[in-house]
Amino acid sequence: MIQDVVSLRLPVDEDLRIVKNRIAPEGSTEGMKRICIVTGTHGDELEGQLVCFELNRFIQANIGHLKGIVDIYPALNPLGIDSITRGVPGFDLDMNRTFPGNLQGSMPEYIAAKIFEDIRGADVCIDIHASNIFLREIPQVRINELTAEELVPLAKHLNVDFIWVHSAATVLESTLAYSLNMAGTRTLVAEMGVGMRLTREYGTQLSMGILALMAHLGIWDGSVPEVREPIVSVDGKVEFINAAKGGIFVSHIEHWKDVRKGEHLGDIVSPLTGEILSEILSPCDGLVFTLREYPVVDEGSLIARILRM
Amino acid sequence: MERITVYELESMYRDSFRITGFRFGEGEKTMCIVGSMRGNEVQQLYCCSQLVNRLKSLEARGHIAEGRSITVIPCVNPYSMNIGKRFWPTDNSDINRMFPGYDLGETTQRIADGLFREISDYRYGVQFASYHTPGRFTPHVRMMRTGFESVEDAKSFGLPYVLIVDPVPFDSGTLNYNWQIWETKAFSLYTPETTRIDRISATRVINSVTRFLTRIGAITYHGRAGHQSDVIEEDHLISIQTPEAGIFEPMTEVEAQVSEGDLIARVLDPYEGDVRCEIRAVCDGVVFFRHSDPLVYADTVVCRLIPLGEFKPLRG
Ligand SMILES: [Zn+2]
Repeated sequence: MIQDVVSLRLPVDEDLRIVKNRIAPEGSTEGMKRICIVTGTHGDELEGQLVCFELNRFIQANIGHLKGIVDIYPALNPLGIDSITRGVPGFDLDMNRTFPGNLQGSMPEYIAAKIFEDIRGADVCIDIHASNIFLREIPQVRINELTAEELVPLAKHLNVDFIWVHSAATVLESTLAYSLNMAGTRTLVAEMGVGMRLTREYGTQLSMGILALMAHLGIWDGSVPEVREPIVSVDGKVEFINAAKGGIFVSHIEHWKDVRKGEHLGDIVSPLTGEILSEILSPCDGLVFTLREYPVVDEGSLIARILRM
Repeated sequence: MERITVYELESMYRDSFRITGFRFGEGEKTMCIVGSMRGNEVQQLYCCSQLVNRLKSLEARGHIAEGRSITVIPCVNPYSMNIGKRFWPTDNSDINRMFPGYDLGETTQRIADGLFREISDYRYGVQFASYHTPGRFTPHVRMMRTGFESVEDAKSFGLPYVLIVDPVPFDSGTLNYNWQIWETKAFSLYTPETTRIDRISATRVINSVTRFLTRIGAITYHGRAGHQSDVIEEDHLISIQTPEAGIFEPMTEVEAQVSEGDLIARVLDPYEGDVRCEIRAVCDGVVFFRHSDPLVYADTVVCRLIPLGEFKPLRG
């Protein structure tokens, strides 16, 4: 059943509606668990669209196995998705820095408060992100160290390749995931693929993982495939490689591949002079889990993140 | 006056990115003033340019005090200004969320680091700032409550109001916040405009900075008298939302005094011109902020009042 989470009038002859699809077994759902699948906070991240689509289809086709409530929110920032805008159009504001929102505030804060109230109280929430247009990410779950003890065991069901337990940062305290976790609603942030694109295999991989997690929670009693064992790591084992010069980045490696210390990862080149401005070598043995997708780089642009092995 | 390059970054196809500063006097690093940090902050750039101009003439007449130095950095982000974009040209990040910066990090973290290294050890720091929601403010000094804020100093600007704000997590990357953490007394100065130039309010702000410089003994020039500032807490401001969307027709200006029930603005039907709703003052007050775009969304704050008289805000 399609339900409004928040509906709001725009200035000229249009309503802004943020909607969800509630899928539930026939009859009373009292006492049943609820899982929320949310995506589209950042309007340029689309990988979650495929996950929502596949879950919707699969669950509805096998509805007899559903033992709880699934709320699917495919577009928390509909204006952003429609206009290829990462933030909230008209406010130059990252929606994922406005939670838990404020009913007495500006429009984005008002919307954030309504969304937060709607999700709050669920048993688990999965917030699906897709990196941005600059970087490609292997399917991973990112967990604040403050909540690691409770969330890492849950995240292991999600069929991702990697779980990154990162240190707490004040600026991240306004995210949807942090706000929900602090309010007692366990929320996992999945990150995969690249902005403005779909990666079909990742979509299927995470959809399977969400079903497996639902089975673990008792929301799904159908058979689920075996999930892969993720690598769990903390900040200290992640190496960042940033561009030493502005130019065009040409990659020489593949994503999610073993590299050796000193291995040639790519170059930053100058099309004007034909020079190689900066040769990028791996600082360690490890796995490249983040890789630059967008070729133009400034000094400082992130090129890769390597998990030290 | 000495013109200095505070930070420089090379680019593939553009001229180098440069942050330029203007230093007056010598000796103790007394005050640093930072102007536009986002590409649309034209008023903030203008205010700095006029301040540099004023300080040049004061210096020529020997009014910069012995042993004191003042630095003005009119623009932290010329790249965005020159292409009419608010945030960083490629990744859209906001330099004013990247402090104290990181010299091995992302581009805007490096810029923040390069700037902060130069300006973190001044006694006083002033930023001409703008707000993320489009609107006009009564000129005021904004301070974050960090435990290091100095309200008495803030009054020395002589602007009508000093506003005390509790920082939210998102503020921890701002210049003002980090200045305070690193023991610079930091103040953000707001004028009504951002994207267009308002000469009158720019003059008020420049006067307030030179007034401050006189009071701390950094310059020896007595300018116009200012206000005796009122200190207000942000959560004492009364926010008024519009329930309707449409064309926004303001009926008052910032700094205006209104009585309870006075008409502040109207929201019109964008097709038929009828009045969809009237926004009225819920108490006697002074208009501190008002929405400035010609269109308005529903359920958004269009006005904030400083309550006057006996009014006790209801909060729940
Ligand atoms: Zn995202």
